Amino acid sequence: MIEILSVLGPASIQDLGRFGQYRFGVGTSGAMDDIALRAGNMLLANDENAAGIEIPMTPFKVRFACDTAFALTGADVGADIGGRAILPWWRSRARAGDVLSLKAMIRGARSYLTVYGGIDVPVVLGSRSTQLRGELGGLHGRSLQPGDILPCASLEAPSCFDELGAEPADVALARPTAPAGDSVVRAVIAGEYDKYGGAAQDLFWRAEWKVTPQSNRYGYRLQGPAVMPISPIEKRSHGIVPGVIQIPPNGQPIIQMRDAQTSGGYPKIATVIEADLWRIAQTGLGGKLRFENTSYADALAAQSEVSAYLDRLRANVRRFGEFRKCR
Amino acid sequence: MTTPNRPRISLLGTTAILFEAPGTFDLPHQRRIWALAATASKWPGIREAIPGITNLMLTFETPPHAVDSLVSALIDGWDDAQEFAIEGREIELPVIYGGEIGSSLQTVADHSGLSVDDVVSIHAAPRYTVFALGSHPGYCYLGGMDPRIAIPRRQTPLQRADGGSVSIGGSQTGVSASPGPSGWHAIGHTTWTFFDPSWPTPAALAPGDTIRFKVGRVIR
Repeated sequence: MIEILSVLGPASIQDLGRFGQYRFGVGTSGAMDDIALRAGNMLLANDENAAGIEIPMTPFKVRFACDTAFALTGADVGADIGGRAILPWWRSRARAGDVLSLKAMIRGARSYLTVYGGIDVPVVLGSRSTQLRGELGGLHGRSLQPGDILPCASLEAPSCFDELGAEPADVALARPTAPAGDSVVRAVIAGEYDKYGGAAQDLFWRAEWKVTPQSNRYGYRLQGPAVMPISPIEKRSHGIVPGVIQIPPNGQPIIQMRDAQTSGGYPKIATVIEADLWRIAQTGLGGKLRFENTSYADALAAQSEVSAYLDRLRANVRRFGEFRKCR
Repeated sequence: MTTPNRPRISLLGTTAILFEAPGTFDLPHQRRIWALAATASKWPGIREAIPGITNLMLTFETPPHAVDSLVSALIDGWDDAQEFAIEGREIELPVIYGGEIGSSLQTVADHSGLSVDDVVSIHAAPRYTVFALGSHPGYCYLGGMDPRIAIPRRQTPLQRADGGSVSIGGSQTGVSASPGPSGWHAIGHTTWTFFDPSWPTPAALAPGDTIRFKVGRVIR
């Protein structure tokens, strides 16, 4: 068991998402940075879809009730357990009674705490992810609060679980960055792209977009120059997916994220590719984003690059972790 | 580009594709969408076929390498799609129009040039058909609203609209099942359970069901 001692902001339990429920209006939810969650689970020899805790703000503090192993992935965060410093993207051991404390995030915007065996909340509609809108999944369908007790699979971590690190995604998948440390994300044009004139399209691709405080797991609301269509667009509601960039009539883009509605009607100018959604998740409030026009073929290639990185990680953990020998 | 009688097909990144039928927002077109959804959901590599309002989104198990063949399959599928009449349930929903939750009732009246009472009686008159589920768990998009009370979506969506809100967005109407962001205009509210994950089918309503709104009270 893990007890939440202190939490700031909406931390939640997430796995890789709830798929195949769109026809009931139930979106995917799931870790905003799916790569970080997978990496954490890999380090612990968990099922990669095991549930972990997504932490969007610090300080954050938990107490372990039993001996176990855990990993912190995602944001580069200052952390310690019982006075011992913990490195991000590393697996570490916890003793019963140990307090893990996450301090300032140095880089990135979401940290993932995974534990050996995963957080064992009930599976609802095929997933353990918290669906805030539907108040289901996770722990009672809500964000975590101080005093919450999270059940873990009651397994003691193998004694050979020494410290082990993984190459962080932002190092392995680094991209040429625009000036001033902006996050650059690739996007494929969407349905209403040609309803914007050339000047508006250029503006969209060239602008530096600021992540406003109204950004969260539902969507990222951006601020920048107004991108206006040639004439007003009123569409019939249709399905949308995480990554879709809508432009409401005010001209300020909204990127749909993991808790997005399953359908909408605002015009769509482009869709951030699946392979880059984690980069948005790691861009915090006040951060800057830029979009890069990408073909469908290049989007698939980017996804293959992510898969290759995860394959490499999986192979390295197996090799250095020597799980099989010690079980 | 858009030709009036040709469907529009567009990608949603690498995870989905959207098919938009040509023609009007009516039940005959929607019945063909239901038929196309039933067909497309069986295609290899498709996770789900999700009807919208005279459109259909297909989500991918794995992204197809050749989008062209999927595009042709959708066009052929639409040409072949016959009206699929679903015999659904009939529901009566008592609505309190206006008040704090339905605070846009006056806005809709002003926009349409009608009185508040007229907006209410026009909205409560038809038997609506559930065209599609979407947006959030259990939410139903309804077809059959009188175009006189249509109003464009909000310039900027609200961060939080109440659960149970009866609202209008463009020429569509619907009832939200839970609180959350919305770009629509709420004109009233209802207390009814649309969704429960413990039910065998988590959503109370399904495409083809029909709803009649019963005017409980009008708060001016």
